Amino acid sequence: MAGQRFHFPRLLPCAGTTRIKGLPAISRRGASGPRKQGWGSIARTCFLGSLVFLLSSVFHAQSFAQESPYIVTYDHYLEEPRNLEVEFFSTAGTQRGGNGFIAFWAEFEYGATAWWTTEIYLDGQTTFNDSTLFTGFRWENRFRPLSREHFINPVIYIEYEQISEADKIIKEVEGHDVESDQAESNSVLRQGYNHELEFKLLLSKTFKGWNVAVNPLATKNLSPNNPWEFGYALGASRPLALKASPHRCNFCRENFIAGVEMYGGLGDAGSLGLHDTSQYLAPVAAWNLPSGWTLRLSPGFGLNDNSHRLLLRWGVSREFPGFTEMINHMFGGRD
Amino acid sequence: MKTKGGFHQHSIMVMLAMAGLVVLNVLLALGQAGNRAAPTNHQSDYTALARVPVKAQAKRNPLEGDPDAVAAGRKLFEQHCSECHGNDARGGKRGPNLRVRVVQDATPGAMFFILTNGVVRHGMPVWSKLPEPERWQIVSFLESLHQ
Repeated sequence: MAGQRFHFPRLLPCAGTTRIKGLPAISRRGASGPRKQGWGSIARTCFLGSLVFLLSSVFHAQSFAQESPYIVTYDHYLEEPRNLEVEFFSTAGTQRGGNGFIAFWAEFEYGATAWWTTEIYLDGQTTFNDSTLFTGFRWENRFRPLSREHFINPVIYIEYEQISEADKIIKEVEGHDVESDQAESNSVLRQGYNHELEFKLLLSKTFKGWNVAVNPLATKNLSPNNPWEFGYALGASRPLALKASPHRCNFCRENFIAGVEMYGGLGDAGSLGLHDTSQYLAPVAAWNLPSGWTLRLSPGFGLNDNSHRLLLRWGVSREFPGFTEMINHMFGGRD
Repeated sequence: MKTKGGFHQHSIMVMLAMAGLVVLNVLLALGQAGNRAAPTNHQSDYTALARVPVKAQAKRNPLEGDPDAVAAGRKLFEQHCSECHGNDARGGKRGPNLRVRVVQDATPGAMFFILTNGVVRHGMPVWSKLPEPERWQIVSFLESLHQ
């Protein structure tokens, strides 16, 4: 198992490796050199190097993200202008009549202006005893129509998604989505592709530290003969402390936000209602580190027989302030 | 993209995502270092202060006289505001100088109102996601700047 041994010089992510299209990456010493490196070994090296670097930066930086703990629900707060937030989420789900799965997605969220946030998602999933798939992408936009805070604050959400039916991130539940839809093997599910437009009205209010958010949604599959589908998400959350402590700290109570969210389908244009829909209730918690990292955890529980019994979600995100200036600076542009 | 055999490809995707994060982290850190070295004040616009409703201007700071509030406000300012307004609140590339007379003469209620509602059309986001006491802590810090 020499390939799995850890060598310090290989800590630098991917250093000293070359990849030829269609072939596994090999060392620059060539295939005849003392060591051959397969994909797994190189990926493992990259992973360890990245992990060490990331862990060292988690507790050391200066920007701060005050992120909500929600994973499915949206509040009315947009990304700060010109900031980029990079997020990675994972959902582990149980599956009756099939194999359990881990679905994962990466989000790149950019604050274009103080009233417009745009975001790209890349989705994938691993089904146990089956396979791993890239399942598609989403492009999401959120617009804040009102310039001031009001009793209820609306944000308009428009998303285009091109995802296969094997997508299992369950970021929203709509129409008559039920657990048994995902019981088939990946080879069957990946045959179907959806081009969808999704509209949400994000309504949210923060009062005395509590945030309450309500998100009705409507989805239209752009393929012919598909009805409008409907769903919802609700959320409530609150920081553990409303006042900040005078000292910088990772474990202060104000850095932790806890809450709960509930989401599910509401049928489609032909048959509105809760019958043949899935519904979930999920406690949520977030830890906002002063370094700009946010960690989220949420165990979601199915509320009826059509729902997955458990969806265990976690996520990590990092806020990068001044992304636009950074790009300008890199390419020698003026601010 | 399909592979048989469970977690292998998943692991690779996770690793590549993390490697991407690392690269981004480094690039942004370098970029930010460059930005900090060259602060510039822009043409500042303080007209939003004049448009604060009278009722909001009259609000008193409930944390007035609390020394911890200034220290906590300084910390919050560094975390949330300094990116635009500069570490010393003298203004940055995106946010105006907050030490000027027009800001220092503003009532605590007016500052709180701007902080809560932002000046969205001019690029300042709403900060009502910070709990009310934290927003007052930032106001306490801003008030302390003219002393």
